[in-house]
Amino acid sequence: MPETSNATQSTRSDRAAISARSLVKTFGAGENAVHALKNVDIDIRENEFFTLLGPSGCGKTTLLRMIAGFELPTSGTILLDGQEITALPPYKRPVNTVFQSYALFPHMTVAENIGFGLKMLGRPADNVQGRVEKMLALVQLEAMANRRTDQLSGGQQQRVALARALAPEPKVLLLDEPLAALDLKLRKNMQLELKSLQAETGITFVFVTHDQEEALTMSDRIAVMRSGEILQIGAPKDIYERPTHRFVADFIGDINILEGEIAGAGGGTAQVRLKDGTTISARLAEGMAQTGPAAVAIRPEAARIAGQGETADLTGTLENVVYFGAASYLHLRLNSGEEFVLRQPGGLDGHDLSRGARLGIAIQPGRARVLE
Amino acid sequence: MAEAIRKGPRARDLKAMPGFKTVAWLCIIALYLPLAVLVIFSFNDNRSVVRWTEFSFRWYEAALSNDGIRNATWVSVKIAFVATVVATAAATMAALATTRTASFRGQGLAYGIINQPLMIPEIVTAIATLSLFALIKTATGVTGIGYLMAAHTAFCIPFAFMPIRARLEDMTLVLEQAGADLYATPWQTFRHITLPLLMPGIVAGAMLAFVVSLDDVIITLMVAGPGETTLPIYILGAIRRGITPEINAVSTILVGVSVLLVVLLFFVQRRMEK
Ligand SMILES: Nc1ncnc2c1ncn2[C@@H]1O[C@H](COP(=O)(O)OP(=O)(O)OP(=O)(O)O)[C@@H](O)[C@H]1O
Ligand SMILES: [Mg+2]
Repeated sequence: MPETSNATQSTRSDRAAISARSLVKTFGAGENAVHALKNVDIDIRENEFFTLLGPSGCGKTTLLRMIAGFELPTSGTILLDGQEITALPPYKRPVNTVFQSYALFPHMTVAENIGFGLKMLGRPADNVQGRVEKMLALVQLEAMANRRTDQLSGGQQQRVALARALAPEPKVLLLDEPLAALDLKLRKNMQLELKSLQAETGITFVFVTHDQEEALTMSDRIAVMRSGEILQIGAPKDIYERPTHRFVADFIGDINILEGEIAGAGGGTAQVRLKDGTTISARLAEGMAQTGPAAVAIRPEAARIAGQGETADLTGTLENVVYFGAASYLHLRLNSGEEFVLRQPGGLDGHDLSRGARLGIAIQPGRARVLE
Repeated sequence: MAEAIRKGPRARDLKAMPGFKTVAWLCIIALYLPLAVLVIFSFNDNRSVVRWTEFSFRWYEAALSNDGIRNATWVSVKIAFVATVVATAAATMAALATTRTASFRGQGLAYGIINQPLMIPEIVTAIATLSLFALIKTATGVTGIGYLMAAHTAFCIPFAFMPIRARLEDMTLVLEQAGADLYATPWQTFRHITLPLLMPGIVAGAMLAFVVSLDDVIITLMVAGPGETTLPIYILGAIRRGITPEINAVSTILVGVSVLLVVLLFFVQRRMEK
């Protein structure tokens, strides 16, 4: 799969900061065993903003906790800069965590919280002091240095947690849904702040979320997880435009998935006969089956109403129009009974948009894809 | 209006329940009327503890200059101090072991064993302790106040254990994990995070242990050797010869000390939790 992000981000190296090899984590045993991670392989590169994305219970936190050292894998290894750290206790790993609950020390001031890591590393007091001041400036909390942490707002606590984890300059920063407790507006601001902090510090960020939009806007690369497995790793654009797995396609953004059967394949393209009898061509990723049943995924924005005299790829009956100003979403029913949503940009003039109208659908070449 | 909003609906509901006030007052009277009588008659200028004549401090003067009372107080404080320090340290370690280590086989059993002394009738513990100490005494020939201190330490442990464990269970592990994440070794994590956060529990446990030790009659009665008279034992002996307002005065001082301890505890905890 092509890496679209590398061309634009020349400062990034391809060296792995964190690697996991055949990582397995099973909680409990026998009938009650929970397979939190099943054979995970992953390489997180230096200086990248890497996101673990997946539904609740898919093992994101478990993976993060094993990188931090709070949890021992059942089997497999974890490498940091190529060195094995699988069994190293947390306090010996140059990895810091921003906890979802922030976990600020309630008996210390903001400054003491931020300086804690450096103090434990045995740095001289004036050194710690200087670094704390720098971190306070970085997260714009200079005025709060001597406050107790329970006198801060949620957003401020969040920033203290960030500053505390960044102060010792870890190789890798782990963030477990750090924005989940914030309201929408603050959340959007913090997304930007986090992103620029990562760029400024050049520290590898491993970010956990189950919010696909957050993942798409912030990440250099995303790993989509489901029930203990990684389904796809790639840049946001890859994941969005070239999902290889049905779950990934469905989980990220809106998408139409049509069932069919491959009628013929070659040159990275397959002819898929859909349930309503029409045949459309769809991209076939390397290594996929060339025959048999297949699902075709088409994003709403990759389709539009076919113009006069244009040959339509699909035909449907209009059921509903949702007007959004810059674009409209048209909900159509195909002959097979499947629903198809398309995003029609611009005005809607010149088309018969009464309910029940028969409309042709044109799909942008190359934007229909066969899913695994 | 503002008042109603601040207090919220719940606060009013409870008070509006029929008979709530009556029951509350009955409880308060049952608890504090005897104490009030005791305190009032300690200031009575008369030998009687039932007939009031005039206000005076004479029984306090008598009590404070009574050598028997002074010695007994000193013995009590000595024993309570030693028992408190040792029991609190042991209870802290026990609480850490039952909440902060990876769960081990027999953890529930350990918890049960620590709390069991609270269930066993005190008289049984007293006799058991007496038998054991008699055995040791005949075997070694060693005597002294150490036996009493050891006995007090033993029965103070579960009392110190309870608030410490409760506090530990309230403290989420995530703070200690955050410590470890920020390069604190297990010892540093304990020293800089667990211990300061646990302090209110430890102080509460220590005060409880101190009061329980100061209070004890049955076990002390059994184990105490000659000359090892604690304050409660002295009071018990004095009552046998008839209640005098002097005893009221001593008891009032004891009540005063415990009230002081409770108030102190309240402020210490509030300061630490702020
Ligand atoms: N200590 C544990 N003991 C037993 N099962 C556990 C433990 N920790 C996690 N699990 C199980 O492992 C699975 C993965 O949990 P994990 O916390 O990693 O999910 P997650 O992806 O972080 O989910 P969420 O988005 O809800 O935080 C879940 O089924 C969970 O119930
Ligand atoms: Mg989680």
